[in-house]
Amino acid sequence: MQFSESWLRSLCNPALSTEELCHLLTMAGLEVEECRAVGADFSNVVVAEVLSVEKHPDADKLNLCSVNVGEPEPLQIVCGAPNVAAGMKVPCARVGARLPGIEIKKARVRGVESFGMLCSARELGLSDDHGGLLPLAADATVGEDIRRHLDLDDHLITLKLTPNRADCLSLLGIARELSALTGAPLLAPEIVPVAAVVADIREVVLDAPAACPRYCGRIVRGVNARVATPEWMKRRIERSGIRSISFLVDVTNYVMLELGQPLHAFDDAELSGAIHVRLPGPGEQLLLLNEQTVTPTADTALIADDAKPLAMAGIMGGEHSGINDATRDLFLESAFFPPAAIAGKARALGFSSDASHRYERGVDFELQRKAIERATQLIVDISGGRPGAVVEAVSAFHLPARRPVALRTARAVRVLGIPLGAERIEAILKGLGLALERKGDDFLVTPPSFRFDIEIEEDLIEEIARIYGYDNIPSPPPVALMSMMPVAETGRTPIALRRLVAERDYHEVVTYSFVEPAWETDFAANAAPIVLANPIASQMGVMRSSLIGGLVGNLVTNRKRQTERVRIFEQGRCFRREPGAGPVAGFAQPLRLAGLAAGSAVPEQWGAPADRVDFYDIKADVEALFAPRRLEFIPAEHPALHPGRCASVSCDGRPVGILGELHPRWVQKYELGAAPVIFELDLAALLETPFPQYVEVSRFPAVTRDLALVVPQSQTLAPLLAALRTAAPAVVRDVALFDVYQGKGLGESEKSLAFRIVMQDTQRTLEDAEVEVVVASLLAVARRDFNASLRG
Amino acid sequence: MDNLDQLVASATSDFAAATEPAKLEDAKARYLGKEGSLTALLKGLGKLPAEERKTAGASINIAKQRIESALATRRDALKNAQLEVQLATEALDVTLPGRGQLRGSLHPVTISLDRIEQLFRSIGFDVADGPEIETDWHNFTALNTPENHPARSMHDTFYLQGEDGKVQDDVLLRTHTSPVQIRSMLAHTERYKHLQTMPELRVICPGRVYRVDSDATHSPMFHQVEGLWVGESVSFADLKGVVADFLRRFFESDDLKVRFRPSFFPFTEPSAEIDVAFMSGSLEGRWLEIAGCGMVHPNVLRCGGFDPEKYTGFAFGMGPDRLTMLRYSIPDLRLFFEGDLRFLSQFQ
Repeated sequence: MQFSESWLRSLCNPALSTEELCHLLTMAGLEVEECRAVGADFSNVVVAEVLSVEKHPDADKLNLCSVNVGEPEPLQIVCGAPNVAAGMKVPCARVGARLPGIEIKKARVRGVESFGMLCSARELGLSDDHGGLLPLAADATVGEDIRRHLDLDDHLITLKLTPNRADCLSLLGIARELSALTGAPLLAPEIVPVAAVVADIREVVLDAPAACPRYCGRIVRGVNARVATPEWMKRRIERSGIRSISFLVDVTNYVMLELGQPLHAFDDAELSGAIHVRLPGPGEQLLLLNEQTVTPTADTALIADDAKPLAMAGIMGGEHSGINDATRDLFLESAFFPPAAIAGKARALGFSSDASHRYERGVDFELQRKAIERATQLIVDISGGRPGAVVEAVSAFHLPARRPVALRTARAVRVLGIPLGAERIEAILKGLGLALERKGDDFLVTPPSFRFDIEIEEDLIEEIARIYGYDNIPSPPPVALMSMMPVAETGRTPIALRRLVAERDYHEVVTYSFVEPAWETDFAANAAPIVLANPIASQMGVMRSSLIGGLVGNLVTNRKRQTERVRIFEQGRCFRREPGAGPVAGFAQPLRLAGLAAGSAVPEQWGAPADRVDFYDIKADVEALFAPRRLEFIPAEHPALHPGRCASVSCDGRPVGILGELHPRWVQKYELGAAPVIFELDLAALLETPFPQYVEVSRFPAVTRDLALVVPQSQTLAPLLAALRTAAPAVVRDVALFDVYQGKGLGESEKSLAFRIVMQDTQRTLEDAEVEVVVASLLAVARRDFNASLRG
Repeated sequence: MDNLDQLVASATSDFAAATEPAKLEDAKARYLGKEGSLTALLKGLGKLPAEERKTAGASINIAKQRIESALATRRDALKNAQLEVQLATEALDVTLPGRGQLRGSLHPVTISLDRIEQLFRSIGFDVADGPEIETDWHNFTALNTPENHPARSMHDTFYLQGEDGKVQDDVLLRTHTSPVQIRSMLAHTERYKHLQTMPELRVICPGRVYRVDSDATHSPMFHQVEGLWVGESVSFADLKGVVADFLRRFFESDDLKVRFRPSFFPFTEPSAEIDVAFMSGSLEGRWLEIAGCGMVHPNVLRCGGFDPEKYTGFAFGMGPDRLTMLRYSIPDLRLFFEGDLRFLSQFQ
């Protein structure tokens, strides 16, 4: 809501500076979003009349003007504006004036003296219009200061109103609030009923009274639609952000801005018979003023006559019944449409109108007659015309009820946490114009028809807090019963985990949860992702079911910015439809942690080889994140990953994620050069941490034996190691792989796996013979089950 | 016994002349070895008369100790010299960089979320989490925002396409973290429904939220932290106290100005916007909108299973992205989601 400060001050004028006024409104919940001066800061510019215009002797495009600025002698001024003409009134900056960026001095222009400057709107900072001089009204007083003449000391104030404060969508409403806040008197315009001078009326029929419980209509005959809008009215509506169109349209907007009541003017010649407020017939269409043809939904009320629909009630008028320059007879509408009948309808059609904006938030339902009288008076005064009587149709049953709301002082004190007495509360409520009955410390408050936001006790408590001043409520440290928060040792927080990942040289990224559909097919083989109905862009069209796409996309971005070594991770949700999943039925939304590493394994440095990161580098990271739990890595296939370099990761027999090198197909498609290594893990599994289990530490010496086994190339480690561990007796503390060898001394299709076996007993020193028996037994298992031989 | 003194002096000088351990051992042999001069003197004692033997023996022993001591001193000196040489050859260029992996970084917003969690945990708030594809009921209806409520137009909501290709109107991408309020309240009241008076519920809910909006200050996905405190005597003054305290601790600025300004949210009443103003730096003195808050609306308490006559509560929702931008003077929200490592690696 934008408005002119001077208009507001004409209705309520507290002794406050502009800045103080804005602060007061903001702190009362009417946030001032912007406040700017109407004109630039300048002085010594006056209304002038151009007496004569002659060509400059030495310049084709310049004129020599004789200008009356209200002094005995006219001034000679050189002017280059194309629209300068004798007889016109224009702003004239006199010698000594300071305009934005210029100081006016006596000057010689191509040999001719000039004593000032005639000004355009842009030169005065009023608009960007620099096409010519700013023409002033013919009746402007020559010599008058232009600031006063154009009311340039005014400010344009824009309020960012919350949807509950529809009562402040008018100057009168803001003035009322200002009066309650400051005690300055409210100077509401006096509205006197205009007597009917013609007998013509149109009957009004409320066929849909729930959608329109009150409708006032009036004919005004013989208006002059071509009359110019008076400057003062034009200025006020334009400074409120509404374009001046024609007098009759302007007057409806003026009254809407002034009182908050949207009005509509029909060309009476286009109407036939009675006015009906009714619901649309099946398939009924209407061409609106914005040239949009709509088929209103069954619950959208229409204004119609006996023959045809005329307007979408409370939203927008129809093209065919609207007024134009040729209109002679008017039919004025001033109606009340309840919020529920209007809410969401304009939005559904893809636009908003000043009327629908007000109706869907709530218009004073007792304002209709006043508003139509106000408009009639202005029309008759300015454009002439002979009004008929106001026809008012009302369905009292369907008008909003204003039920008394109980308010307890004790409750207000408890909710706000401030010591408030009933007297103070009573004074605040009365100041707001609320009708109340007091019983001891309690009140029964009946809200006025212009407030749509007072229905329960809390609504009143909010009003009290607002007027008491939020600033005046103290902010002490709260008092509460203390009890310790549980701290489970068998879990860690997501942030603790992220820190651990960052410690391993990964940078955390946050990528969008909606992704390119191609990422879903490429990296998750998901042909049916969850699709957004209204995506912001097609490349953000579907919900991700994997974090991999975002990481690859990020790698691409960083490569474009010449960062070769990229190690990133993200923690976030993935989404897929899954019958039976919850808590939102049908949607699985697991949290995951995924990482990607590309480029050299370690940062380029003097002391380490510049090897490219590989599967095993990242496997170590994955193992570290789960440590001390032991993981199982099982060869697997995944749409994003190289089939020979991909493992599914399991912890305690439960799959917890995948690890692998990006598939060469995607390396090529996304132009990555070399394949990054990627992991994606379930967050829930990562957040579990085992409770430490104490095991006795032996005081007796440990014995170590190495066992190098020759096995076929194709033999994977995991089953062999598992078999050795299973076969090992209790004295074996650990069996671990410490070397893998291929090459000289071994067959083409052979490799050697070397294990270190550590044996120790907690009760005694082991005998050599016993140790040899253990080693022999492990070797026997390897020979029997894996065709292994001892390396010679 | 001048010749003994001479002998000691000669040994000391021979030891000093030995510049390596082997030569020192040769020199030692000349005096203390089997054929050494001092050994010879000791052997010669037997030939002396008995009355002289005692004093001569004592003198020779003193000389022997002096030579041994000189030898030990020289041995240490040689060992030290040798060590010096070794140390000199082993010296490293300590200015070369260390070997190995670097450390990564946390996202700057994560750093803020961590601080927010720590600060609120310190006064007994738990941390809760909720789904991002949310039901319309949790996101709007239960938060006192029925269909067609004008407040719904304040949120430009992302909806999903159902499997039949039509817009699925019962679910959406949550537009704020407030639905977690409802989930937390319902879980709390279910858990403690057997009690006459339920314990206080104090919880914050950080997470991602979504709105159809994109420019330098708006991202279609951003973060929010919701806070909720419900109890038997939680007031608006408490809300002011907690939030103002939090903001000063978060920005580590005791002189931070915090102001509460009346506003409107369907799910709180009274409602407020919270503005802060820094007392120094490039933003000095400007009021910056930072969070919304208010007393939980009775309808919302009821949806969460609380009796609003018995319990009151406050809730707030703030944007950790904006808090982070202010804290580190980051000018553009989009930097958070672009993932440029040159930006991210600054937050270690």
